Amino acid sequence: MELAMASAIGILTAAGVYLLLRARSFDVILGLTLLSYATNLLIFSSGRLVTGKPPVLREGMPAEPAYYTDPLPQALVLTAIVIAFAMTAVIIVLAIRSRADNHSDHVDGSRAEAEFQRREQLRHDEARLAAHAAELVAGNESVPAQGAVASPDREGRA
Amino acid sequence: MIPFLEVLLALPFLAAALLALLRPRSRAAAAWVAGAAPLLGLAVLGWLTPSVLQGWIVRGEHAWIPQIGLDFDLRLDGLAWMFAGLVLAIGALVVLYAHYYLSARDSAVRFFSYLLLFMGSMLGVVLAGNLLLLLVFWELTSISSFLLIGFWTHRQDAREGARMALAITGGGGLALLGGVLLIGRIVGSYDLDAVLASGELIRDSALYPWALGLVLAGVFTKSAQFPVHFWLPHAMAAPTPVSAYLHSATMVKAGVFLLARLHPALAGSDLFFYLVSGIGAATLLLGAWFAIFQHDLKGLLAYSTISHLGLITLLFGLSTPMAVVAGVFHILNHATFKASLFMAAGIIDHETGTRDIRRLGNLRRAMPMTSALAVIASLAMAGIPLLNGFLSKEMFFTEALEIRGHAYMRLGIAVAALLYGIFGVAYSLRFVYETFFGKGPRALDREPHEPPRWMKIPVEVLVVLCIAVGVFPAFTVAPVLHAGAGAILGAAMPGYSLAVWHGLNVPLLMSLCGIVGGIALYFGLRRLFDLHAIVRGSLGWNVFRWNMDALYGLANRFTTRIANGSVQRSMLLLVLAALAAGVAPFVDSLGGGALPVLRAPSPMPLLGWFLWLVMVACTAWTIRLYRQRLLALLVVGGIGLMVSMAFVFLSAPDLALTQLLVEMVSLALLLLGLHYLPPRSPPERRPARRYRDIVVAAAAGLGVAVLAYAMMARDPSPDAASVEMLARSLPEAYGRNVVNVILVDFRGFDTFGEITVFGVAALIVHALLRRARMAPEKVMSGGPVKLPVPADLAQLLFPLTLTVSVFLFLRGHNAPGGGFIAGLVLAVPLLIQYVIQGAASVESRFGFDYIRCIGIGLVVAAASGAAAFLFGVPFLTSGHLELELPLVGTLELASAMGFDTGVYLVVFGGAMLILSMLGTIRPSRTTVARLGVIEPGQRSTRTGELG
Repeated sequence: MELAMASAIGILTAAGVYLLLRARSFDVILGLTLLSYATNLLIFSSGRLVTGKPPVLREGMPAEPAYYTDPLPQALVLTAIVIAFAMTAVIIVLAIRSRADNHSDHVDGSRAEAEFQRREQLRHDEARLAAHAAELVAGNESVPAQGAVASPDREGRA
Repeated sequence: MIPFLEVLLALPFLAAALLALLRPRSRAAAAWVAGAAPLLGLAVLGWLTPSVLQGWIVRGEHAWIPQIGLDFDLRLDGLAWMFAGLVLAIGALVVLYAHYYLSARDSAVRFFSYLLLFMGSMLGVVLAGNLLLLLVFWELTSISSFLLIGFWTHRQDAREGARMALAITGGGGLALLGGVLLIGRIVGSYDLDAVLASGELIRDSALYPWALGLVLAGVFTKSAQFPVHFWLPHAMAAPTPVSAYLHSATMVKAGVFLLARLHPALAGSDLFFYLVSGIGAATLLLGAWFAIFQHDLKGLLAYSTISHLGLITLLFGLSTPMAVVAGVFHILNHATFKASLFMAAGIIDHETGTRDIRRLGNLRRAMPMTSALAVIASLAMAGIPLLNGFLSKEMFFTEALEIRGHAYMRLGIAVAALLYGIFGVAYSLRFVYETFFGKGPRALDREPHEPPRWMKIPVEVLVVLCIAVGVFPAFTVAPVLHAGAGAILGAAMPGYSLAVWHGLNVPLLMSLCGIVGGIALYFGLRRLFDLHAIVRGSLGWNVFRWNMDALYGLANRFTTRIANGSVQRSMLLLVLAALAAGVAPFVDSLGGGALPVLRAPSPMPLLGWFLWLVMVACTAWTIRLYRQRLLALLVVGGIGLMVSMAFVFLSAPDLALTQLLVEMVSLALLLLGLHYLPPRSPPERRPARRYRDIVVAAAAGLGVAVLAYAMMARDPSPDAASVEMLARSLPEAYGRNVVNVILVDFRGFDTFGEITVFGVAALIVHALLRRARMAPEKVMSGGPVKLPVPADLAQLLFPLTLTVSVFLFLRGHNAPGGGFIAGLVLAVPLLIQYVIQGAASVESRFGFDYIRCIGIGLVVAAASGAAAFLFGVPFLTSGHLELELPLVGTLELASAMGFDTGVYLVVFGGAMLILSMLGTIRPSRTTVARLGVIEPGQRSTRTGELG
């Protein structure tokens, strides 16, 4: 059981960190959600994994750790869950406002978005040129395809 | 026993608070309140005078933070009494003067509040009986001085001067803190009596040079000694009453006061002698020389103040009993004549519109009375016989001729004394001659005339004092001087005579030389140079500016290196830093050290495997799908569901309930957010970056997994805090649900902080969206879909869920439930109502005011915690009540229930405020401004709903 819990926490963390490193705000928020699951489970598991012993005192049972699971991590995690909700709310509103004000949902703002658009445009042009070259090659075998197509592109990049 | 000292100290602060709170319309009322503090203070001080003059020390002692040796000890001995009298008496005069000085545009309330704040801080410095306490007030004088120098906030020179004064005196305060800590370490106490009695111990300690150096750094910065003297002339951008009060009579004297105060503890070594008297002599000469070449009246007075402070420092440095007496005497004399000179300069500025000596002249025709007063005060400054300045100057000359030490030192001090006499006469002459005599005034905007009658009164009082002390020293100043110097010297108090005429001796000859030489120097300089054409820059000021610029540049470069504005980069660095911090401990112990014994893993039931499988599958699916955001969101919801199932399974019913409910509201939240964000992420074209991120993420995941396993595989500590919590839950907090008891009782203060954060987050959302206009990414054509059946169901469900919510809340202390859960349970059905019936309909029916709900919740929580004070127990201590109610039966009520009610209200109000704000963003008006336009418009202040 411990191994399963540890592996689940690890997988959630890895997925969360991966999404956290993405460029778009909503993806980062999803990543944070996953990370907060992982963190909550990590804190929770510091009370060890115990089944069937909720920390609610029952009549006739002494209030000792042998009969109940550790309540402290649970209290910590309970507030953490609620706070994580509030944090998500603040971030998503920031993301919305950033999207509206910067015309982009890139986490680094409008300049990063412009860079992204430029690269996309370049890619698009390259693809079109390649297709055009392929057409030329198909239509006229004598044209040396590679060199002729690549050079204007290289200049365009500079 | 009336706490006299406490009253004395509190008076200015109370008056400042009173002024700031009442903000009287009438300027006269403000001045009366401000004047009442020093006058009452003088009365209190007068009451204590007989005991002080008999050599008693009046005390008021209170514990503050005894653990670190900081006690609120007040102590009034002769020196403190003298300084307190100076602070209060000149304070009262300055208030009167300022009432006429301030123009109608200046806020008198703000000015007098700051001034009183300073007066209180300065009183604190002189009355403190504990070095740490003294330091607290010391810093307060720096801060109030900053506020007062920058009083005219619209002026660039005022702002810069204030910043510089704060930077330098604040830096000195820091050094002083170091010095005080060292002294405390040597002596073992910060109590002033103990420190003063341990002079031998301190001087013999190996730490003595450090302690002395740091304390002197504080003293020299505060008293504008060379080489950091340059802040004082720039502080002259302050209104003139401030210059008269802080920058000549009192605050700059705080430095020399401390020198006097700690004299028994620090003085007596060669280091002290050479350092203090050397710096003092350098300051004395530099200040006096530069004063001759100032064109600004206040600038001239400022440099002269620097010079006189240098003289006092020099006298304390010489350390002979007579020199100490002379130093204390000169503190008094300088305060009287310099404050009156500043006030006179202020009157001239006020009546002519300029302080530039080059444009003034011949003012004795226009303002005969003011001129006469200023001339007398200047003569006192120059040390002309029958005025107070002469007496202390004579004492200085006597001492300068009789010191011990190296031959060169003796010669140097004697020459410095003579030069001081010459320069002092020269700049006094310049001040008098070029302002009140000669030709002029030139190019004034107005016709100069005498100021209002009462504006001259403070100057007259001070000038009369100058004359009275100068002619009848034995009848006026002798007891004050005796008390002040006696407190420093104790049994070593020398016999001395304060007579005006000591016969024809060397000091008198030196004085005469000084007067003749000064007159010759001034007229010689006038003949050789055009004094008006000499414009000096301040080297210190330039160095300071250059250093500040360099510092700012460094900070900027550092910041851009660390954070260049890219969130992506910062996130990566953050994760990498966490990884490095996680790996670092293992690098050291690589190879060595046996692994600890791990306990056997517990068996995994089938249900557990099912949960694990679904969770892992959903996570993998999220990563695969994340670019299609709506789908990814639903899959993430699946993970959340599995997490709450895991909580059920692992004996955490409270957590399971909370997670489930938060999952619902989070889903609604993210769906609402998605409405304003692109539905898909663009594809990623850079595989290298993705592979890098995968590696980083895998490393992080692996690290956390290992950490989690290593933790779970160890046996729990037998003396963990939770053992106590389990045991005490029922007998001390009257609750069976230990998780809830921890939340509302054991760690109630923590929870209070958390609900505050929750409320603040909701308010941030409100603030960000209240006035925003945004276009959704996609608008569905046609009107909203009518959902008759769910609507009916929701109507039915609402009262039921309300009941469940109240039920969960009430039983929360003894069974799973409580404020967090109940608040969310109440929010969810209301959210459904919002979705089905629209915000306008819901809010017209229920009329919740979520912001007020948060506020009330916080107040309820705080009040129920504070109620414990009524029973004399600490904040948030639980009480207990058993109620017999009809029908319900026995109801156990713990006082934590009140606190939980606060939690309930905040969580409900916060969650609903967030969701209703996101749900009712106003659409953008035009298609051109489809995105990114924020227009101010009216929304309901309660909920943000459209009006």
